[in-house]
Amino acid sequence: MRIDPDKCVACGNCLPVCPVGAIHIDPDIGRAVVNEDQCVECFACFRGMSKEHLNPVMVRTIRRIARFFRFRFDPEPDICPTDAIVPQELAWPRIVRRAFSDPQVPHESTGIHGRGTAEVKTNDVTDRVKEGEAGFVVEFGRPGVGARFRDIQRVTSALADCGVEFEKNNPVTSLMTDASRGLIREDILNEKILSAIVEIKTGLERVPLILRKIGELSREADTVISVGVSTRCDGMGNDALRAILEREGYPMYRGKTNLGLGRVTI
Amino acid sequence: MTNTLHRYSEHYAFERTPNPQPIKDDYIVFAMASRGLNDDNLVEKYRSFLRLALKYHPVNIGDASKGGMLQPRQDMNPTAHWRRDHTADPERVIAGIEGHTTVAAVFDNYQAMKDFVGEVERAALGISVNISAPMDDARRCCEETGITRHSVEYSIGFRGRVDKLPDGTTLELSTMCGHGMVSANFARKMIEWVKENRRSPEEAACYMARFCICGVFNIHRAERIFKEACILKR
Repeated sequence: MRIDPDKCVACGNCLPVCPVGAIHIDPDIGRAVVNEDQCVECFACFRGMSKEHLNPVMVRTIRRIARFFRFRFDPEPDICPTDAIVPQELAWPRIVRRAFSDPQVPHESTGIHGRGTAEVKTNDVTDRVKEGEAGFVVEFGRPGVGARFRDIQRVTSALADCGVEFEKNNPVTSLMTDASRGLIREDILNEKILSAIVEIKTGLERVPLILRKIGELSREADTVISVGVSTRCDGMGNDALRAILEREGYPMYRGKTNLGLGRVTI
Repeated sequence: MTNTLHRYSEHYAFERTPNPQPIKDDYIVFAMASRGLNDDNLVEKYRSFLRLALKYHPVNIGDASKGGMLQPRQDMNPTAHWRRDHTADPERVIAGIEGHTTVAAVFDNYQAMKDFVGEVERAALGISVNISAPMDDARRCCEETGITRHSVEYSIGFRGRVDKLPDGTTLELSTMCGHGMVSANFARKMIEWVKENRRSPEEAACYMARFCICGVFNIHRAERIFKEACILKR
């Protein structure tokens, strides 16, 4: 993403809306600029802000007069007055940033928007996680911190050493060069993204071990990791996972419940 | 729609709070189809789902690929700074559905969520339907509507460099868009603006909702958080 210096009036509205804080006003040029290394190409600024199409020279003049008299104008905080935010054409490997950061872009590997995962949301028709199994959703960079693939690989390679198997139908797995060792292709390791989900599946009995391992590894990662664990309920709607998590002392106030209303219709 | 899994509340505080308050105004029901399994006549199924939701007055509905009831506009004119239109447009969401996506409805009370779930079950749309909410409430809803839970997914919170995260109030607002499109800095700015009486809690919530691309931002919960932040109840 870039900000057109000919249009920008340095109103500052786009600064706080950037999820990773990659925009600032450069005092030398008096315009907003995007830190390309930090920008994750999520398009939140471009798409989320409403736009006026005012004349930049006129807006700058008004702002200069107001500043001289120390007037405070209270503009709407989510509007770019001159439509100055411009998406750039992205090439490999930078394009990976957008694929993992802009929820409107469906992942090529799964065809799913957002982070590209189905987890147990469609388990009633896919039967991906069975009774007695646990599905782990390990998300790097969320909420709002961002992550580099280098950090993700540090964890995936250590998890692979524990003998876990990564979900094949997953955007991160599709970028691995050697899934058995949790290795991600080298040319994207420095790319920063808003968040990415690694999915693994084990037997329920391994849940405490895997969660402890993720806890240990998370201390070495230079980002935040959000973790979700899922399972299939028995015929009475009870799940064996709850007792395990309770025993291990994990918070589990919130979650998702698949109601089992889906059916194969094709 | 992992998007709704990690909505922050005191229950996930890094230093555990004794007796955190239950969240009673944030219930999401969403639907998703699987390619090649039940995506026939998909647009109509999704539209039916959202039309049924509208009967129970959701605080937001959304199509994950297009946005929610409040969306940014490309054609603003300067009068917006004095007379901003914050009218929600659910029909635009429904009409905009084109194919594969996830559709969601957000409710601010248990009863509305439960009544909607009951109606969705009777409608037998054939697509996967999930509740994203406090697990005990979701379980109670299933029991009261006679639904047997198929699968569950628990959020067990955040790990790693949690020192990079903002304070709890800001997180509670920003994580209502799990895709991270509602920035923590913007949430912080809106809290300050409401405190300074530069904007009302309702207006601040509407600004934030426009950034949430899948329409799961709970405008009513955000208003409550702003009001509580103003009187230092948090």
